[in-house]
Parts: sequence; C-alpha cells; structure tokens
Amino acid sequence: MEPLNGNNLGTSSKNKSIGKRYILTGVIILLSAFSFGLVGALQYTSPGLFKNVLSFEKVRPLHVSSAVFWILLAACGSVTHYLAEVKGKLWSVRLSNVQWYLFTGSIILILLSYLFGIFGGREYWEFHPLLAGPIILAWLFFIINVFKSIGSFRNQPVYVWMWMTGVVFFLFTFLESYLWLIPSFRSDVVKDMTIQWKSYGSMVGGWNMLIYGCSIYLMDKISGSQKYSYSKIAFTLYFLGLFNLMFNWGHHIYTLPAPKLIQYISYGVSMTELLLLGRIIYFWRSSVNTLKKNYHILPYRFLFAADLWIFLTLLLAIVMSIPAINIYTHGTHITVAHTMGATIGINSFLLLSFTFDIFNIHQQKVVRQISLGLYLSLASLFIFWLSLIIAGVLRADWQMHSSTVPFSVMMLSLRPYFIVFLISGVALFTGFFIIIFSLLRYHLSQKSVDKTLTLKKIKTAPNVLHN
Amino acid sequence: MTDKIKSTILFTFIFMFLCYSFYLYKKSYDGTATVSESPADKGKRIWQEKNCNACHQVYGLGGYLGPDLTNIYSSRGEAHIKAFLQSGTNIMPAFALNDDEVSQLLAYLKSMDATGVAAPDKLKINYDGTIER
Repeated sequence: MEPLNGNNLGTSSKNKSIGKRYILTGVIILLSAFSFGLVGALQYTSPGLFKNVLSFEKVRPLHVSSAVFWILLAACGSVTHYLAEVKGKLWSVRLSNVQWYLFTGSIILILLSYLFGIFGGREYWEFHPLLAGPIILAWLFFIINVFKSIGSFRNQPVYVWMWMTGVVFFLFTFLESYLWLIPSFRSDVVKDMTIQWKSYGSMVGGWNMLIYGCSIYLMDKISGSQKYSYSKIAFTLYFLGLFNLMFNWGHHIYTLPAPKLIQYISYGVSMTELLLLGRIIYFWRSSVNTLKKNYHILPYRFLFAADLWIFLTLLLAIVMSIPAINIYTHGTHITVAHTMGATIGINSFLLLSFTFDIFNIHQQKVVRQISLGLYLSLASLFIFWLSLIIAGVLRADWQMHSSTVPFSVMMLSLRPYFIVFLISGVALFTGFFIIIFSLLRYHLSQKSVDKTLTLKKIKTAPNVLHN
Repeated sequence: MTDKIKSTILFTFIFMFLCYSFYLYKKSYDGTATVSESPADKGKRIWQEKNCNACHQVYGLGGYLGPDLTNIYSSRGEAHIKAFLQSGTNIMPAFALNDDEVSQLLAYLKSMDATGVAAPDKLKINYDGTIER
C-alpha cells in the first residue's frame, strides 16, 4: 500500500501550480456559465428579450458549453494535482501546459463562435466540428500524462483505476459523438440520435469516473486511511459504476423508435452508480473524527453538500429510469431539474471540495465567506430545483392529457414557476459568486505573499554569503 | 481482489461494450434513411447550423423554449412551417433562409415525421414498466 502524500509533501511547485491553473480557469468559465444561464432564465420569463442581439439559440450553448468546460477543466486540474500528489510528480508538466493552452484556446474560440452564430448544432457540443480537433489532441495529451505518471498498473488503489477508465472513456465517447460526420450515420435520423445519446450518456459516466475517483482520494486523505481504496467492496462498486457507464444510457431515448433491446438493457442496469456513491460517502463520514473534519472544514462541507444532492438526484434518477414514468418526465423541465441537480449539486460541489483541498484555505475569514456562499447556494439550488420539477410536472400533464391546448398557452401557465426559477437562479449565482470571488482573492493575496517572501530571500541571500 | 481478476473483469466489460456499440453502429433503424447530400440531408445540416435544437425538441430531446417538431410536418403542414421560418415569432428570430434552404429544411422535417410518432400520450405502458409503440 502506497502512503498518501498528505498536504502536497514531495510535490514540486510546478506540479502544484498546473492543477491550480486548470481549476482557476474552470471557475472563471463557471462564472460565464452562470451569467449566460441568467440571461437564458430572463428570456424564459420575458420572451423575446435580446432577440436581435443574443437570441436563445446563442445563449443556451454559451451556458451549456461553459458549464461542461468548467466540469472538464476542474476535473482535469483535480486529477492532475492529485496524481502528482500520489506519485510525487507528474510525468510531464510541459505536456500538461500544452494541454491547458489547447483547451483554453479552443474554449475561447468556441464561445466566440457562438456569439457570431456559428454552430455545429449538436446538443452539448454545439460548436463547429473543426473546433473538436484541439480538444481531442488536448485529451490525448492528458491520457498520455495520466498513464505515464501512473507507470505500473500493479496494486493500484481504486481511484487510479477510475482515473484511467475515465480518461479513456471520455475520448472514446467524444469521438463517437462525431460519428454523425459519416453520412451513413447521419442519414438515418433515429440511428443518429441513438448513437448521439449513447455517446453522451457514457461521456457523463466518463467524467464522473474522474470526479468520483478524486472524491475517493480526498476521502482517504481526510480520514488518513487508504484501507477503503484497496478493498474488495471499493472495486466491486467501481465495476458496477463502469457497467452503468457502458450500458445505462438508454433512459435518454426510451421514447425513440430504436431497438427495444436498448430499453431493456438500460432499465435493468440503470441508476445504481449514484446510490453506490451515496453509500460510500455515508459510511466514510461516520468514520471521520471531529478534529479531521475541522482541519479539512471546507472540503468536508462541500463533500457533505454533494452528499445531500446525491440523495435528491438519486431519487429523481430512480423515478426517471422507469420507462413507464419516463414517458411523463421525458421532454419536460424535470429532466432539466435532474441535470441541474447532477451538474451543480453533485459535480460542482465535489469539484469545489477538491478545489478547497488543493488551495488549502484555513484563514477563518475566508472560510466564513466561502461557507456563507455555500449555504446560500444550497438553499437557492433547492428552490431552483423544486421550481423546475413543478414546471415539469405541469408540462408532463399537458403532454399526456391536454396536448390540444396550444404550446404557448401551456408555457404561459408555467410563468410563475419560471419567475421563481429566475429569482432562485440569481440567489444561486450570488452564492457561487461569493465562493469564487473569495477563492480568487485568497489566491491573489497568497501570490503576493509568496512574491514578497521570494524578494526577501533574494535580498538576504548576499548577507548570508558575506557572513 | 487480485490484479488478474480486476483485469479480467475490465476486459470482459470492454469486450461486451464494444460488441454492443458495433451492433448499434451496424443496425439499420427506421428504414427511412435519406441518401447523403439529398435535400433532407442538407436540411438536417441547416437545422444544425441554425442550432434549432437549442429551442426545439425532436422526440423530446433538445431545448424547452419551443415546441417539439418531430411531427410538425404532418400535424401543421408545409404552409404553416414556411410562415414561421420566413417571419419568425416574438421569440424566434427570422433566419433569412432562401427558398432552397426552406425546401431543404421542409424535406428534413418530412423525413423526421416519417420515422414515427413522438407524442408520449400515444405510447403504450406495459405492466412490467416498459413502454412500446
């Protein structure tokens, strides 16, 4: 069993700063996701707003892609940082730098292309296919770095297995999502949609492998024991998660006239992954003593927040994965509620827990500010989520029982819930803004402290030599 | 659990996943496949280039601001769709499509319509919780 490196002992400053750079870029893009999300919510409540300058077909990809890139960048940064911690150093910091430049450059180009109305027009990856090139290349560099840094596959803890699986599956599914460029895939509408949602379902599983792997590593670090990461139960749960990643994506397309086999496989395999993670966190929390919780107070609080959302999202996922219920929830705001619960409540809170572990914040004032942001985010996210579910239930009722009522009339009846969604969205944005602002301010103040210390060292160096 | 057992499980899963993937890649689905570079295929490209999916759904997949358009061709007809495309609405911008592009988009919506019925109230629910058309 390899020892945990704890608080970055034995990790060089170059190795430490590269992970942080990914995360800092990620949180800035998260602010972009929230800003465009807010514009989108305004357009829901005031239809036609900004129609001539920033219409919804531009706003939605700006929001969605920013959110996806926040998750990918923060996940890459966390894996990179933890990998350097576990192994002592990263195989190549330079390669990781190149990867960062490729990522950042393509993200800027992608967001700009949306503003100019240039689209590839596929859900999630709505950018022009040419811009996928640098992302594929960057991800290849990431895979090389992960595998080379790990070195030998022998006797590795479960989170290393999860990182290896996650990086490979993300690339496979990302490439798969571009099969539509081949005419034989594109020309058959149902086949195209089946493969598209197959790739997306597994892709989310791929980045979840990276994030959940980091959460297991962090739990080990907080509890000071690696017993769990090498246990039989950890690997059993990992393989169940992997099985889900590969075969449970069908619940996205139950209503599509695709082969019934997909429905049976997905229905049978679905939704064990979140249940399993909830179980892991639940058992872990009970084993952590108060002292350790207090030392890792921010990562712990964010892990706890994610834990709450795992249970809520799990509940919704169970309901939505039953085909007979899915025909009610599919195509309604209940699906959006599920996505928001998973991306904000689980992914973002977990990624922020890694962020605060990596940035190692202990100043009372900063901890208090960030905790305030967290509580505001948690409360507003719940109202936000609830308003979407109610809007979804009403839309489901319209789809199933009142489809003769015009679409616009139905949307008008949902307006009060969209207003609640907008107000709680503003509160959610404020909560996250407090968190991100506190993090950035802390980081900048630390940087200036480091600079002053370096200057002092340089100034005293000749004296030392003279003495 | 030894490394050998872990590797065996992993590679078995990967093998199963690849078999399932290639089965889905090879399978023909709706029998209404359009030939590449046909008007419907070009219409699909226009649908994507204008990012129609941001607001509209196909089989319940896509954005929620506008209605599902899977069966719009048979339910409302060409004239209705043309009117919306040419003038837009108070929410939807007028995309300034030329006549060729409008007819290609119509061909795409027609081919989409032929793949099946998207309305969830038309699906049958079985006792085991599965659904069918």
